[in-house]
Amino acid sequence: MLNAIALLFVLQLVGEVSARSMGLPVPGPVIGFALLASLLTVRPDVLLKIEGTARTILAHLSLLFVPAGVGVVANIDVLADNWLPITAVLVLSTVFAMLVSVYTFLYVERLAGAQEGAQDG
Amino acid sequence: MGDPAKIWSYLTTEPLWWLSCTIVIYLAADQVSKRVGRHALANPVLMAVCVMAVVLWMTETPYWRYFEGAQFIHFLLGPATVALAIPLYSNRSTIRRLVLPMVAALVAGSAAAAVSAVGLSVAFGLPEQVVVSISPKSTTAPVAIGISDALGGITSLTAVLVILTGVIGAVIVTPLMNGLRIRDWRARGFAVGVAAHGIGTARAFQVNEVAGAFAGIGMALNALVTSVLVPFVLGLFL
Repeated sequence: MLNAIALLFVLQLVGEVSARSMGLPVPGPVIGFALLASLLTVRPDVLLKIEGTARTILAHLSLLFVPAGVGVVANIDVLADNWLPITAVLVLSTVFAMLVSVYTFLYVERLAGAQEGAQDG
Repeated sequence: MGDPAKIWSYLTTEPLWWLSCTIVIYLAADQVSKRVGRHALANPVLMAVCVMAVVLWMTETPYWRYFEGAQFIHFLLGPATVALAIPLYSNRSTIRRLVLPMVAALVAGSAAAAVSAVGLSVAFGLPEQVVVSISPKSTTAPVAIGISDALGGITSLTAVLVILTGVIGAVIVTPLMNGLRIRDWRARGFAVGVAAHGIGTARAFQVNEVAGAFAGIGMALNALVTSVLVPFVLGLFL
C-alpha cells in the first residue's frame, strides 16, 4: 500500500514541478496521470504493486468531491445573485455535451464498423 | 502549560472533527443511496454536501475552518487523478479497438461543453470572473481548479460549479439515455465521463460496470483536452 501511495504522490509531484517549471497549461495531476500510463506501458509489472490501493481510492471517488462541494457556503452570494443563469448554463451545457458526445461516439463507431465490414466481405 | 496545551488541543481536535464529520456524513449518504436502489436523485455527493452545508450554517462555522479538516480528503483528488491511469491501462485493448469513436466523441463532447458553457454564460450576461470560473466545468475538480486559477477565475466557485455539473450529469444521464433508447453502455458511459467527470463516472459505475470503465476513460482523457481547449475558447468569447 505504501509503495502505491508513494508512487502516486511522486508522479503528481513530478507533474506539478514540470508544469510550473516549463509553464505548461496542463495541471500537475494530469501530467502525473500521463506519466503513470506511460510507466505502465514500459513496466507492466508495476500494475500488480499499485492496483489494489489505486482501486480503493477510485472506488471512493465520490467522497473526495464533498469538501470542494461544501464550498457552496463560501460562494453563496455569487450563487444567490446569479442562480438562474448559472443553473440554466450548467443544465443546458451538460445535456448538450452528453448528447454531442454520445451521438458522435455511436456515429463514428458505425462508420468504422461499416468500413471493417466492407473489408471483411 | 495551559496555553500550549490549549493550542495543541485546538490544532488536533478541530481538523479531526470536520474530517470525521465529512467521512461519516458521506458514508450515511452512500447508505441512503444504496437503500433507494441507487436512484438518480439520491446522489451521495449532493446529499452529503447539503447536510454538511446545513451543519456548518447551524454551527456558524466559516468554510476555511471546515476546510482545515476536510483538506485531507480534498488533497486526495490529485493522487486519484494520477490513479485514473490504471483503468485506462487495464482497458487498453478496448481503447485501441475503439480509438476512433472515442477520440471523436472526446473532442466533440469537450468542445461542446466548453463552447456552450462560455457562450451561454456570456449570452446570459454573467460577470467575466464567473464566466472564467464556469468554463472548465465538465472536467474533473483538480484539473478544473488548476485551469480556473491559471486563467483568473475564482477557484472555490469553480469547485462548486464542477460539483454541480457532475451532480446534474449524474442525475440526468440515466433518464436521458433511456428516453433516447441508447443502449450502448460504452457510448453512454463515455459521454457522461466527458460531460460530468468523476461524479458522472461514479454514477455510471452504479448503473453498469462497462459504462463505468468507459466513463473513467472519458473523464481522464477530457482532463487533457479541457486544459488545452478552455483557454482557447475563452479567448474567442472574452
